[in-house]
Amino acid sequence: MVFSSKLIEEAVNEIAKLPGIGQKTALRLVLHLLKQDENFTTSLTDSLLKLRRDIQYCRHCHYISDEPECNICQNKSRDRSLICVVESSQDVIAIENTNQYRGLYHILGGVISPMEGVSPADLNIESLLNRLPESEVKEIILALSPTMEGDTTAFYLTKRLKTFAIKITSIARGIPIGSELEYADEITLGRSILTRTNYE
Amino acid sequence: MVLYLKDLNLYNFKNYEDLKLEFSAGINCFLGDNGSGKTNLLDAVFYLSMSKSYFNSIDNQNIRHGEEMFVVQGNFETADKKHHVLCGVQTGQKKTFKLDKKIYERISDHIGKFPVVMIAPNDIALIYEGSEERRKFFDSLISQIDNPYLLDLMQYNHYLKQRNTLLKQFAEHNRIDRDLLAAYDEPILRLGAKIFARRQTFMLEFQPIFQGHYETISQYKEQTQLVYDSDCAVAEFSEVFRQNTNKDLALQRTTLGVHRDDFEFKIDNYSLKKFGSQGQQKSFLIALKLAHFEIVRQNKNLKPILLLDDIFDKLDEKRMSCLMQMVADHTFGQIFVTDARPERTQQIFAQIEGDKKFFNLQNGQIRNE
Ligand SMILES: Nc1ncnc2c1ncn2[C@@H]1O[C@H](COP(=O)(O)OP(=O)(O)OP(=O)(O)O)[C@@H](O)[C@H]1O
Ligand SMILES: [Mg+2]
Ligand SMILES: [Zn+2]
Repeated sequence: MVFSSKLIEEAVNEIAKLPGIGQKTALRLVLHLLKQDENFTTSLTDSLLKLRRDIQYCRHCHYISDEPECNICQNKSRDRSLICVVESSQDVIAIENTNQYRGLYHILGGVISPMEGVSPADLNIESLLNRLPESEVKEIILALSPTMEGDTTAFYLTKRLKTFAIKITSIARGIPIGSELEYADEITLGRSILTRTNYE
Repeated sequence: MVLYLKDLNLYNFKNYEDLKLEFSAGINCFLGDNGSGKTNLLDAVFYLSMSKSYFNSIDNQNIRHGEEMFVVQGNFETADKKHHVLCGVQTGQKKTFKLDKKIYERISDHIGKFPVVMIAPNDIALIYEGSEERRKFFDSLISQIDNPYLLDLMQYNHYLKQRNTLLKQFAEHNRIDRDLLAAYDEPILRLGAKIFARRQTFMLEFQPIFQGHYETISQYKEQTQLVYDSDCAVAEFSEVFRQNTNKDLALQRTTLGVHRDDFEFKIDNYSLKKFGSQGQQKSFLIALKLAHFEIVRQNKNLKPILLLDDIFDKLDEKRMSCLMQMVADHTFGQIFVTDARPERTQQIFAQIEGDKKFFNLQNGQIRNE
């Protein structure tokens, strides 16, 4: 894209670095900002700067937080015998939205993948192991993506967790509710037959 | 069941800018000078079946020079239904593959739906090249009749790449994490065992069909052997694999497993590559392809589309007449043939009954039909 202004070009290039935003959308956003009051841009950049500067990650579970300890870990009514292990803060939000889970979380920050240069040391695995001694934790629920990397990470965690006498479970994988069986892919269908549950 | 490609539409695919063709359900001949684009048309049909080129595995290089994207699309007819298949490749983007306007989430799900068998001059590589060529041949064949096999294979290869990368990283950092290695050993052993078992049962099914075709074609009395050779053909392979870990660590790659399998081609128990005559080698290749056709037909109850590239040049008269006898007997379904010598092809097919269509190619266009 060719721009008449170096200033616009710079702003567009920066905004286009955001996921899901291309040059055209970036240009539209930039032109929109220029049409608004200057205050609008100042408060936008201020809030972003503040976010960047002040954001913290919970020292127990690594969830995004305004304080050293997140609101979930602080909450006295949460079930402290359960830890649900997820990849990202987004996953916590998704599970919280189900209103089905009252335990604690632990955010790994990704999954193991040597090809992408992600080793166990790059993830919050040691901090998970450190959380367990002298805790009330009885069960760890692995809620990782059903991908090959997710499976590898789950397998590795299971190995590392063996030394603790803690039950390890994995979220069920199966046919989405409201979908028809014949449209389910073979792997999902096969897996849900193998991991079938008692009819209640 | 009937299967045929009704039409084909190319946009910036190899030497074609924009081309629409309607086919016969029987024999289709692409005729034209060297370099006129005959083989490219076979490859376009191959794309619609296998989601990739038979000749060039780099999708981008099949885009017409100087262009950004190609689209290949066509309509297949089976006994009951018509299906539209589209393949689009654009530089810098993920390949799109659609069945009836719907994008595949996993393109590999398409493999086996509209099977094809290609017979091309470079098939000789199956005999002369390393084991990878032969694994590719048998894997693509098994995938056509057993789609989940392809998924196992793709996953195996992915885990293998991860494991090999990990072995290199262990060496670089001079630190070994046995637990992490075990996390890759598990799927590699599990999937490897499945792949090994599938290849084994497949070879049992394939061998007699292959031998039958070889006998018909060669009219010799030699015995052929297709020997499936695998590291996994031992009792307790997992044990052997695990005991081999130190060697893997030292060499920084996975030294045992189905990724090293080979299929040895033999005649009277001697290597076909080293001792086979040219005629025996040609017969062996054609028999492999005809057995491919036959096994897909039996398993899918569907005659694969046959793509014959330059076979009139490559085959001698005896093998040619054998193949043409099969054509005349309607052993095959839809056939696509290329030839740089139009008179020869017209003459050969003149004696064969059935629906036929001839396409004369020049400069990426059809001159007349
Ligand atoms: N990506 C591409 N863009 C443009 N042209 C291409 C591309 N790839 C191949 N070609 C052209 O396609 C032509 C080759 O076509 P093809 O191999 O189908 O010929 P053919 O008719 O089979 O010839 P032969 O009789 O020699 O086998 C060549 O002229 C080559 O330059
Ligand atoms: Mg050719
Ligand atoms: Zn927390």
